[in-house]
Amino acid sequence: MKLPRWFHRFGSPPYVYALAGTLGPWIGGIAVVLIAAGTFGGLVLAPPDYLQGDSFRIIYIHVPSAYISMMAYVILAVAAAIGFIWHLKLAHAVAVSIAPIGASFTFLALATGAIWGKPTWGTFWQWTDPRMMFELLLLFLYLGYMALRAAFEDRDKADRVSAILGVVGVVNVPIIHYSVIWWNSLHQGPTISRLDGPTITMDMLAPLLIMIVGFTFCFAWLLLSRLQGEIVEREYAARWLRELVGESR
Amino acid sequence: MSSFLQMGGYAAYVWPAYGITLLVLVLNIWSARRDHRRKLDRVRLSASREETSKRPTVRRLG
Repeated sequence: MKLPRWFHRFGSPPYVYALAGTLGPWIGGIAVVLIAAGTFGGLVLAPPDYLQGDSFRIIYIHVPSAYISMMAYVILAVAAAIGFIWHLKLAHAVAVSIAPIGASFTFLALATGAIWGKPTWGTFWQWTDPRMMFELLLLFLYLGYMALRAAFEDRDKADRVSAILGVVGVVNVPIIHYSVIWWNSLHQGPTISRLDGPTITMDMLAPLLIMIVGFTFCFAWLLLSRLQGEIVEREYAARWLRELVGESR
Repeated sequence: MSSFLQMGGYAAYVWPAYGITLLVLVLNIWSARRDHRRKLDRVRLSASREETSKRPTVRRLG
């Protein structure tokens, strides 16, 4: 299978490095504004839940973290697959850059979920809740991916072997997503993505959507920043990089 | 203001959750930038080393 021509520019490390450096601050700025607005909306403007009171406000950080933790893994898997199939080093670099970010958002989803669970379900943790278990598995997939890479001296080998783990692990993502439909558990069923429309009022939903978009921008910002570091590491001896650091001295 | 801080009695849950989120986001940004900077420094260091090694060595006589 041949790749489209525009794709080849994304195989050029200096091009991607420069692009990431240009886009990063803009995406970061948008992320900060959206997250600030979403936090204000979630903590101040949204009315308290009739059942959960003000504890439901954790939704505004818990749901976006959980969403990013899963979306990030899908991108990691796609990047790893592209890297594996087309031997594109930059695609592997993207996968590598995502792993620590994804792990941190997964941790955040688990931590905020536990804090929310205490007043809502009466427990921080429930070993029999499928969504919690598969989200925990997601954390182990991220950590396993990183540990597996660390076990190889040779980077190309690390790229190829870790890509396999990355791609295989992606089956966990739809399991997390559909777990609340497949099993009865502590987690509630879908609220937003329902066939008959969301069952949440607009003044509660709007800050959540803003937060989800804000977290997505934040993720993109972090990814670009880490990708720059990863490119520098991989292009250690490249002439363009030597010239770049020479200029900035 | 104080009723806002009390979060309807859920202050002990809401604020730690938001605090940990802020912490994780800030640490993420900080560590990504530090990682990038350190790797650039390493390139810089090795580039300057190569430059010095290219210079003709001056030998002291006697």
